[in-house]
Amino acid sequence: MSQSRLYTTDAQTAERHVETYPRFLLWALGVATDGSLWFYTWMFALTAIFLVGANAWAVQVADGMIVTHMTDHVSWGLYIANFTFAVGVAAGGVMMVIPAYLYNNKKMHDVVIVGELLAIAAIVMCLMFVTADLGRPDRFWHLIPGLGRFNFPLSMLTWDVLVLNGYLLLNLHICGYLLYMRYLGRRPNPKWYVPFVMVSIFWAISIHTVTAFLYCGLGGRPFWNSALLAPRFLASAFVSGPAFIIVTLLILRRIVGEGISYQPIRVLVNIVRVTTVVNLVMVVSEVFTEFYTGGAHTAPARYLFFGLHGHDALVPWIWTAVVANVIAAVLFLSPWVFRRAEVLVIACVLAFLAAWIEKGMGLIVPGFVPSTLHEIVEYRPSLTEWKVTAGVWAFGLMIYTIGLKAAITVFARGDVQDATESAE
Amino acid sequence: MTESSPHDNLDRQPIGPLLPIVNNGPSRRNVMKGIGLTLGLAAFGKAVWPLTAVPENVSLDEFLQKHYKELTEKDKEHVFTRLENEAREDYGADVAITDHRPIPGVKFGYAINLSKCNGNGKCVEACHRENNHDRATNQSYIRVLEMQKGSMDMEQGNTTYDHTVPQDDKYYMPVQCLQCDNPPCVTVCPVEATWKEDDGIVVVDYNWCIGCRYCEAACPYHARRFNWQTPEIPADEVNPEQSYLSNRIRSAGVMEKCHFCLHRTREGRLPACLEACPTGARVFGDLNDPESDIVWILKNKRVFVLKEELGTRPSLFYFFDS
Repeated sequence: MSQSRLYTTDAQTAERHVETYPRFLLWALGVATDGSLWFYTWMFALTAIFLVGANAWAVQVADGMIVTHMTDHVSWGLYIANFTFAVGVAAGGVMMVIPAYLYNNKKMHDVVIVGELLAIAAIVMCLMFVTADLGRPDRFWHLIPGLGRFNFPLSMLTWDVLVLNGYLLLNLHICGYLLYMRYLGRRPNPKWYVPFVMVSIFWAISIHTVTAFLYCGLGGRPFWNSALLAPRFLASAFVSGPAFIIVTLLILRRIVGEGISYQPIRVLVNIVRVTTVVNLVMVVSEVFTEFYTGGAHTAPARYLFFGLHGHDALVPWIWTAVVANVIAAVLFLSPWVFRRAEVLVIACVLAFLAAWIEKGMGLIVPGFVPSTLHEIVEYRPSLTEWKVTAGVWAFGLMIYTIGLKAAITVFARGDVQDATESAE
Repeated sequence: MTESSPHDNLDRQPIGPLLPIVNNGPSRRNVMKGIGLTLGLAAFGKAVWPLTAVPENVSLDEFLQKHYKELTEKDKEHVFTRLENEAREDYGADVAITDHRPIPGVKFGYAINLSKCNGNGKCVEACHRENNHDRATNQSYIRVLEMQKGSMDMEQGNTTYDHTVPQDDKYYMPVQCLQCDNPPCVTVCPVEATWKEDDGIVVVDYNWCIGCRYCEAACPYHARRFNWQTPEIPADEVNPEQSYLSNRIRSAGVMEKCHFCLHRTREGRLPACLEACPTGARVFGDLNDPESDIVWILKNKRVFVLKEELGTRPSLFYFFDS
């Protein structure tokens, strides 16, 4: 087809978009797989890790979940731990959307797509982790509303299916539309994305709230059965999400240069300064309630922090998280984060790692130890579980990288940015 | 789409090539990309090759099978025959799978006399054999807690005791599915693969369960079990008398649980664990029948249920004689 047809804007019809949108996606995929030697090395490494994970998962499906180290006592492990954490990362992206759209922060507006792309990658990871955890992935269709039997609204898992997929679609639409319009060299029409962005803000809160409700609604699991669980989830998500984005932006500044403004990083650090403290206050509040009360109800917390009757597999994990959390909080609150990029990166990495432990293994496993009949069976992930987990992370990072690459190329094309700014 | 506006940049140069592999000549980079893509796809195919074992285990009929409640009588006949054939092929056992439905008006209840139970574990073994459990893991729906006299605290209990019973300072408490009237496991199931039947028994459609194990997390009594691998049972040990919703051989990756031996009790017989109990600690019957032993016990003994504060309203009760 002739290229000029792309720009017959006055007569532009929906049919035209049906043709040009797939072309745009194809083009984006093309530019997103072009890069330097560093880029190819990075993607090659991710592909290799992903393939190891895919193979481990295939073996797990063929041989049964026995290849994991989960048991009837600890029936959820590393997969659900990572799922929970990844939901937080997806929700954390909203901390860019709020300043950009609710507070009309122009500089944040320019890079908000970084947060939305992170949400897409993280949700894809969530769906992969849940699938990896299913004993019968071949019966996946039983979960599809209309086709299977969807136990809505009683089962919180059905709510999670809806909110996670909804959040994925929302962000796919927002990113897709904005990049597509810039690709066409046109000003995005607010009507086609601003309402979706507003919905996505509340939706981001809902994905992590519903995921917390999965656990905190279970009366038989005292460790999870706390009203503070959902707020704690959100607080830590609003640390780990922005921390990841800050590091992304710093890397992008290295690659793209000063085109990426420092101002959004400053905003994100200021957000994390608040959320990290809120998170710590909630942790202290929960820990106090557990340990001051005592009794059987607090056995999981005792197991987590100090070990129970000689069983202490999680103790090193959780203290690593506690120390990392405190150091990260101190660094974020100090003036050095704005003076030295290394300090900021260290703070972000520590905060991210701490949330990964605390909202991952540190949250899921103590729910099962001791068991509901107060037996203590410990859990350490098997090599298969580590491989699958690494594979999913690698795949998520691949999606994120490709998304960012496409976005950078689109934004770098000529005068588009100027056109947008003058329009606003 | 109505976004046409004066801001539209109509004079832009045509956009560069689409996916370069498709539109460009064979530049060095594109050749490399093509090779990389081919190698990547080949490696992916190799990586997921173990999945090719799945169609051997999951027939198309099984894949497309509907939920138990949606099966017609004819469907059931078809499904049961298929399952019988699978038992013959996979286990070398001739089994008969039937469909026991609740007896109208009956509501089952169970009571265990903790003064009589001495922890001998015969019920655990009987369940293991009756319900075609995996031999390798010695699976059973019943766990017996050895409890410290003077305490109801399960944290001081022990399920892995290995010494002569009864010990003087201990008492023994068997735990299995309590068939709650308000079952948390049923509420959380995302696909309605588990439900409560009219006679109070909570059942699982093993062919509908997706294996997410949410019910196992929700159960406050450790009553549910997951098939971490395909059960191993020697042909001569398979219990051939089977029911679709109870003791038929389960596949890997699905949940299972105690069903009060519905293939026996819905025929008017007693659960296998009760028949095996040498101490007479177990009492089973119809809660709706005022003449039944179970109703007499509920009226005349001081019974209690496990974790009553959770509001699960169990149908399995415990009591002491003295």
